[in-house]
Amino acid sequence: MDTVMLSRIQFAVTAGFHFIFVPLTLGLSLLVAFMETKYVRTGNEVYLDMSKFWGKLFLINFALGVVTGITLEFQFGMNWAEYSKYVGDIFGAPLAIEATLAFFLESTFIGLWIFGRDRVSKQLHAASIWIVAVAANLSALWILLANGWMQKPVGYLLRNGRAEMVDFWALVTNSYGWSKFFHTVVAGYVVAAFFVMGISAYHLLRKNKSSFFKESFRMAASFGLISSILVFITGDFHAVEVATTQPTKFAAMESVWESQKAAPYHLLVIPDPSAQRNTVEAISIPKALSLLAYHDGNAEVKGLKDFPQDLRPPVTLTFSSFRSMAALGMLFMLLSFIAWLLGRKDHLESYPIFLKVMLYTIPLPYIANQIGWIVAEVGRQPWIVYGLLKTSDAASKAVSVEQVMGSLIGFTLLYGFLAVVDIYLLAKNARKGPDLEPSIIMNPAAGAGSKEA
Amino acid sequence: MEFQIIWFILWAVLWAVYFMLDGFDLGVGILHRYIGRNEDERGAILSSIGPVWDGNEVWLLTAGGATFAAFPTTYALMFSYLYTALLLILFSLIVRGVSLELRGKEESATWRRNWGYALVTSSFLPALLFGVAFGNIFQGLPMDADGYHGNLLTLLNPYGLLTGIFFLFLFLMHGALWIGFRTKGYVSDQASRLANKIWYPLLLIAVAFLVMTKFATKLYLNFINTPIFFIVPLIAVAALLTMKVCLAKQSSIQAFAASCVTILMVTFTGVIGLFPSLIPSSIDPRYSLTIFNSSSSPYTLKIMTIVALIFVPIVIVYQSWNYIIFNKKIDHEDKKQGSKY
Repeated sequence: MDTVMLSRIQFAVTAGFHFIFVPLTLGLSLLVAFMETKYVRTGNEVYLDMSKFWGKLFLINFALGVVTGITLEFQFGMNWAEYSKYVGDIFGAPLAIEATLAFFLESTFIGLWIFGRDRVSKQLHAASIWIVAVAANLSALWILLANGWMQKPVGYLLRNGRAEMVDFWALVTNSYGWSKFFHTVVAGYVVAAFFVMGISAYHLLRKNKSSFFKESFRMAASFGLISSILVFITGDFHAVEVATTQPTKFAAMESVWESQKAAPYHLLVIPDPSAQRNTVEAISIPKALSLLAYHDGNAEVKGLKDFPQDLRPPVTLTFSSFRSMAALGMLFMLLSFIAWLLGRKDHLESYPIFLKVMLYTIPLPYIANQIGWIVAEVGRQPWIVYGLLKTSDAASKAVSVEQVMGSLIGFTLLYGFLAVVDIYLLAKNARKGPDLEPSIIMNPAAGAGSKEA
Repeated sequence: MEFQIIWFILWAVLWAVYFMLDGFDLGVGILHRYIGRNEDERGAILSSIGPVWDGNEVWLLTAGGATFAAFPTTYALMFSYLYTALLLILFSLIVRGVSLELRGKEESATWRRNWGYALVTSSFLPALLFGVAFGNIFQGLPMDADGYHGNLLTLLNPYGLLTGIFFLFLFLMHGALWIGFRTKGYVSDQASRLANKIWYPLLLIAVAFLVMTKFATKLYLNFINTPIFFIVPLIAVAALLTMKVCLAKQSSIQAFAASCVTILMVTFTGVIGLFPSLIPSSIDPRYSLTIFNSSSSPYTLKIMTIVALIFVPIVIVYQSWNYIIFNKKIDHEDKKQGSKY
């Protein structure tokens, strides 16, 4: 294997690992902020306990998200020096802005939130987790504007042997970046919602601190329902963006080989890339693919055969990732709707089978997030910047195969170890449940019964 | 003023502030096991940096991001040339962050001890390696039209190692002084005693560094051409001497302030000597990476200047405010203090 392939694998491993933690941070910071705000508003200590318990799980996850994020900033230079030289004039800016605008805020106020409970007022303490949540999402915006530029390069000129920024406003208002931002953050909220619902379901099945976990579940269910609907809507808009700006990616996502007007959507497709066709195309909905691609049932969808073979992304991986992600997205809407309904009518404990389903569903939104990135990044190949620079021309020249092999092994071992520690700590703390405030233990009416404490 | 020069100054400030802030985190990380006698005391020591270390580290990420945005060619070549050294720093920073945040997540003494050892190692390595990296940058890297002609071992040359040890001792001192003024009783006394001991070797290493710099690098040329700049290393030396005076007066907060000045001025001394290079070539000056041949376009630099001039002061305000909120001395006998770390 050459340094390009090894560097790609390393980037996939490190970015994918980082993105185990990011979605939960995006969503859970908001949920905890809601909880703490509710406590400040009502004075009801159940919400204080909720913010502490979910906050502890949040912090374990947050710590890993922060440290694995550093890797990415280093890697652009270490492994992708040619890329960094060629596009640094425009790509470096959003990264530097992210650090200055968002990351400073996030990291300073998380310190205040962890250590400040006895030092600052309740209001300020709640405000600090809000700032963390907003900063985390702001951070996502700048990173996705940077990534959006790689998908749809705008506001630049090729000059002095590189891409130079000529229009910062175009970068900031890049529709691809924004549609990707909305889709990505709400997908993160779904992860958090299912995380909270799943762990709450675990305790509800054991009749442990029921009122605490019922309330947690209910809050997460509403959050999950809204978020999963938003994932669908933003996903729909994002698909149009992709079809318009990255026709090869869209064709690979749907495994379309021949260009076609008023293209139908096939529910069942088995691609055969070597024969440049699909072995199976069944259960078709007329015009649906054109509608999906351009919000116009008669529009023409470009097929892969319209593009030279060396400019097409890997079809099977892009296609199957996209299909699975879309199917999971539907499932999340369905499940969170049921969860919301049962929670609202206080019927949760009457359906232990549903609670069990919710418990085992925890990993699915994580998987949906990961394969979403596979669609985005594998689907962009062979380009690192769509239409502008190929991945094969972007890797560092000064780095040897041995070096990248060594670092890849190092990352795999270190990250493997961190994954074990993370899962161990999360599982242990999630199972243990909250330490309730004495007032609630004494007064069963206010919260969980005393026998549970 | 040209934007390249503004960004050179900002670049220097970001690094200097990073070393001034994370320097004591790294020092505390290395020293916490030796100053604290048991895991509770060690937890109390670490909780003194708990609310601030993460924010301090962002100065590094911003320095990195600023290098990328303002001097992309330097960013690309520096990071790929120094691949293995940076990988070691990166792994250390990952382990450091995780150790700090997860150490207090379990009651067990074994758990806390093991993360403590991980923290010592992962604080020691960056403290040393940042110095090695900068020592080599001061000297220049062997690079020409064909790229880079070095490896990890060529970085470990005498001057690189000396600079590494210099940084290590600066940060050890900085960490000991921080613990001294942020804690009470035994822990504080112990830290101040240690600072007193570290001062002598630090002075010796600093002198060796200043002398070796004359022979191993071209840093002093800019100073000879513009003698007014000599004031910067002079302040560094004065601050280093003041440190000892403050320690003798048992004012660890003043000594810490002096240590901050020392670190800032040492960084500025190196950077002034580098100007206008970011990384000189030790083979042929034509291949040096300078702020003029490796910078972004004037348009990008202008945008980034506006962003920096608005937001960096805001960052300084809220970070300072955060330090003020947590200015209460930490009592290691108060069990609650150590409980989070």
